[in-house]
This record gives sequence, C-alpha cells and structure tokens, in this order.
Amino acid sequence: MAAVQTRSERALNRIAIAAVLVITLIFLAPIYWITATAFKPRNLATTIPPTVLFEPEISPFVKLFTKRSQLREAPAPEEYAAAPWWERMVFDGGEKIVRSGRGEVQPSGYPNRFMNSLIVAITSTVLAVGMGTFTAYGFSRFRVKGEADLLFFILSTRMLPPVVVAIPMFLMYRVVGLNDTHWGLIILYTAFNLSFSVWLMKGFIDEIPKEYEEAALVDGYTRMQAFFKIVIPEAATGIAATAVFCFITAWNEYAFALIMTNRRAQTAPPFIPSQVGSGLPDWTVIAAGTFLFLLPVAIFTFLLRNHLLRGMSFGAIRK
Amino acid sequence: MTQIELRGIQKYFGAVQVIKDLNLAIADNEFIVLLGQSGCGKTTTLRAVAGLETIDEGDILIDGQPVQHIKASDRDIAMVFQSFSLYPHMTVYENIAFPLRATRMGRNDVDTSVREIAGVLRITGLLARKPSALSGGDMQRVAIGRALVRRPKAMLMDEPIGALDAKLREEMRAEIKRLHIKQGSTTIYVTHDQVEAMSLADRIVIMHEGILQQVGSPDEVYSHPANMFVAQFVGSPVMNMAQAIVSETGGHASVQVGGQAKGFEFPAALANRLSDARAENGKLTLGVRPEGVLISRQAREGFMPVEAHIIEPLGSHDIVDLKVGDQMIRARTKSGFVPGAGEAVWARIDPVQAHFFNTATGSSLGIRL
Repeated sequence: MAAVQTRSERALNRIAIAAVLVITLIFLAPIYWITATAFKPRNLATTIPPTVLFEPEISPFVKLFTKRSQLREAPAPEEYAAAPWWERMVFDGGEKIVRSGRGEVQPSGYPNRFMNSLIVAITSTVLAVGMGTFTAYGFSRFRVKGEADLLFFILSTRMLPPVVVAIPMFLMYRVVGLNDTHWGLIILYTAFNLSFSVWLMKGFIDEIPKEYEEAALVDGYTRMQAFFKIVIPEAATGIAATAVFCFITAWNEYAFALIMTNRRAQTAPPFIPSQVGSGLPDWTVIAAGTFLFLLPVAIFTFLLRNHLLRGMSFGAIRK
Repeated sequence: MTQIELRGIQKYFGAVQVIKDLNLAIADNEFIVLLGQSGCGKTTTLRAVAGLETIDEGDILIDGQPVQHIKASDRDIAMVFQSFSLYPHMTVYENIAFPLRATRMGRNDVDTSVREIAGVLRITGLLARKPSALSGGDMQRVAIGRALVRRPKAMLMDEPIGALDAKLREEMRAEIKRLHIKQGSTTIYVTHDQVEAMSLADRIVIMHEGILQQVGSPDEVYSHPANMFVAQFVGSPVMNMAQAIVSETGGHASVQVGGQAKGFEFPAALANRLSDARAENGKLTLGVRPEGVLISRQAREGFMPVEAHIIEPLGSHDIVDLKVGDQMIRARTKSGFVPGAGEAVWARIDPVQAHFFNTATGSSLGIRL
C-alpha cells in the first residue's frame, strides 16, 4: 500500500490525519464526560468551571443499584461504624440505603430495567436478523411474483415516523394485552428492524455467487443444507453488520418504550431520564446508569468489528 | 458405466425457446463437448442434465432411468463451473471433502479419498490453503478434484478453463485430457472455443440457436461439416465461403467466384454430382479451408492468376488474403512463401478439400470429389 507520494501529498496526508484526530476527539468528548461524571463525587459533578481532575469513586454505582432516602441528620456513630464501606459512601453523601423489614438492602429499579433492555434487544435482534436472512434469501434466489412491489412494501413500513403510529399501537396493544410485556416490545422492535434487515441482507446475499449453492446442490446437498453450510457462512459479514444495526436500534429505542411500558417490561432508556425528576437530580447516578447502558453496544460492536469493517467494503472489489 | 441420453428436450425461457428438440445419446466413458456461441443453449443443456434447470418437454435418461424429475442432489453427477465456485470459507481439503460429507462417509475414508484425488491432481501441497491463496489453474484443479472425489456417474464441465489465460488454458486442457484418460468417466464439457473442443472431444456436439447442428468426431466435423454454420464455426482461420457459378468448359468444370469471368478448374465430374444433388447456380456456395487453397509463384496448369492482398505471418505459417474478383479468399502457405503484399501469384482450389452448400438452407450438398 506504500504508493509513491510527492512532498505535497505527504503534507496533505499529515493534515488529513490531524483533522481525523480532531474530529475523533470531538466525538469522544461526550463519552468521556459521561464516563468521568459516573466516577465523580456528587459535589464535583456540576461545578463551574467543570472539574477535570478528581479522585474517582464508585459511590454513583452504589447509589445506582440501591434504593435510598434522604438523611435528616447525620447517622449515629455506631451505625456509621457498623455499616460496610459502600454504605458509608452513601452516608457521606447525605443519604441512607433503604432496607426491608428483614434488614435486606432494597435494590433500585435499574438492574431490572437493564435486564429488560437486554432481553428485548437480544431477542428482537435474533428474530429480525433470522427472519430477514430467510426472506432476503428467498427474494435473492427465487423468482418472486411482484418482487419489486413486495420489497417496496417491506421498506415502506419504515417511512412513517414511529411516533405517528405510537398511539394506535398503544390502543391495539391494550386490547390484546401486550402493554407492558416483554413480548410486546420484542414484536414491535422485530417488526421495526425486519424491513431494514431484509434489505440489508438481500444486498449481501445478492453478492454471493449463485454457483456456490449450485455446486453444493450438485454435490449432493439439499437446498436447505446448502443454505446453512454455504450461504450462512458466506453471509456472516452481512449478518454481523445487520445484527449490530438492529441491536443498536432496539437498544436505544425510547419513544415506544416510554409509551408501551411502565414497570414490568420497562427498558433502560425511559428509566434513566425518569430518575432526573425524582428528588434532587443526582447527575452522577444518571451518568453511572448511562455509562453502563453504553457498554453492551460497545462490547457487541467491538466483538464484531472485523466483520463490520469487511461489511463496509463488501462488494467494492470484484473478484 | 454411465450412459446419458437426451430425448426430445424442449426448454423455454418465457417466450424464448432456448433448446429445440434436442436428441443425443452419450456412451459410457465418452468425452462429449457441447460447442457453440454464447446463448446457443449449450450451458442450459448442461444445467438441465445436472438438475439445476428444469426442462419443458422430453426425457433425460441416465443409465436408462428418466431423471428429469429427480433433484440435482440425487442424480449423482458432478459439475465444474467456469467460476470454479470453491467455497471461500473452507480450505482446499474441506472443499474437496465437501461432497463426501454429504454421503456420511467415515472420517478415515474421506481422508483417504481426498488425499488420493489430491495426489492425482498434484495439489497435495495445497490442501491446507484457502481458495483465495490459489492461482487460477490450481483453483480449477481443486474444483475438478471436488467433482471427481465422489466418483460420480458423470462429470459436467461448464467452460472450466474459460477464465484462465491462454497459456494456462493450454496446460489445463492437456491435464483434463490426461485425467479423463486416467479416471475415465462419462463427461459433458461445454465450451465456445473450437480449439478446446477439437483437442478434447471424442465427439463434438455443435449447437446454434438451440438447435443441434452436427454431432461427430473432431475429424468429422472438421472435414465433413453438415452445414455452413458448422463449417465456419470449426477451424481457424474460418473456412472461405463464396457464391459460386459452375459451368462446363473444355472437358472440365469451372467454378466462378467473385464475379470473375475465369473460374477455378475442377474435375468434370463436379457438374454431374451437382445436378444429382439438385443444386442450381445462384443457390450454390463454395467452401474451402485456407489449407485447401493451393498457391504457386509461377503460372501453372490449372492455376489462376490472383493478387496477394494482405499477408499475416504467424510464424509456423502465413495466412495470405487473395483477391479473386470482388471476393477475398484466404490461403495458408509456408511462412514467407509469398514475399509481399501486391504480389501476383497463381492459385487453385484443391477439389478434394472443397465443400458445396445450398446457399438458401445452408446445408451441405455432401459432394466430395
């Protein structure tokens, strides 16, 4: 890749690298800010000018996972001494952890909401990508009557802003009892992502030469076996890219989750901002919740990064 | 032991008929080449035999059993594609083993078979590689290996070396021939390259616009083309074709070409043979291959003066374009035989190598002198 460069080209190259660095920094700044705030003591979270150097602590995370109440007065010294280290952090912040009648720590709503997010996002991603791959294969390999119309119809489900259908969806869900259920959200997100997944996967499967399957058919495999043994491995890149996009969409979805769920099946996105309004807003706790919320997508994308990069340049080079 | 028979095959793509009443019997162990231009139906025929394409009418019989309703996977046939179609996510070893895995063969037997065929194809050293790390020739060796490893009833090849460069093509041609002699399996091979067809085939099947034109050994189709299409498709440079008028003068026949008053001399028997074949002047085409045009640098008995127009030196021989009236006739000479363009030479047509066709129908009159 080391093509011959003139002096001016090399200079331009340096400028381009510098520009990319600056842009990267700008994009990373909010992520740094959320991460930093998640580890700040409460009193440093909203200072002006902002505090950059501080001693990180994990009290925001302790608060994130527990139910607390405001202290009217300082805790008794023996109570303070008997408390474990993490509970003392909360005492220091002028709050105390709520315990049940049997002395057990009461968890906050966050872990539950986080689990809901995982369940809904993973299930709907698996469903959308799986169904999308099958559908795309059908459209790609067989002569389907009215193919263009059907594909357009599938895509057209994406053309309305989701908020427009939110109220009718809510009413229909209430009738069939899907309000505030995991399946309700899973069905919704799957339907949402399916059109995207069909179109994306069709592009990837179109790129796989038909001859691969035909060779497998002649070699003694059924079409189904050829699909699983040849098409799926060849489409792995496309599947990974589609899965990441579907997962991010389902994971970040806010509007429907806010309207359709309130307790049992509520996901993290509507829950995190709801904490802003309860009592004094504790930005460190919100930042801690957001920080943890960012992790699954980051990890998922990181694991699939090679596939994603290949996916970006897929089909650009003719073999 | 595999015979393949095609009986009355008809195939339509929408309103277009791509195979028209095709009948063909292929003997066990025979190497058949389907030859024709692109779009002549040869690949569709091959795919129909493989089971990748349905037919609208007719029967495909393998060992006497009709198979047109049997799925490709159950026909026990192997196919090599032009694009090689090696599975990119598998190594060479896995690629060759792939058809065997469909048969639930034991692990050790698979290994033995793969290594054996790799030895035959001289690719044992490549077994651990991915297809992307192979050269074109090696890719095709692997594809052939994958087809042969299962010992299929028949082997189908769709322009298997068409994507390779000229030198490699020649090499692989020889290799395919060697393999066929060694392994011996009924083979149908599709190509548009007549040199490939001539060098490989036991019998060549020439197709044009979905219609079978001629079936015969390479020598038969070259020396006795059934019609003008076959005559011009097989052989390089192509056979000369010229409207001809035959008359009798002074004890021999004269064949006038290119509107010239003087004709090429032919034995007197030609006139009778032509009238036996009900040929009429004005509907008669003379065909002669370049090697059938004899050239002399001096005036000779029976030779006609012509002008050498263009000379193409090809090393082993020259191709000389002769101007005969308003017609160009190409002759094949020893290299350097005609010193330069514009030179006057004397030519005659070897009666033994002349072909006569009905201009209207294109079919050969079957006249051999």
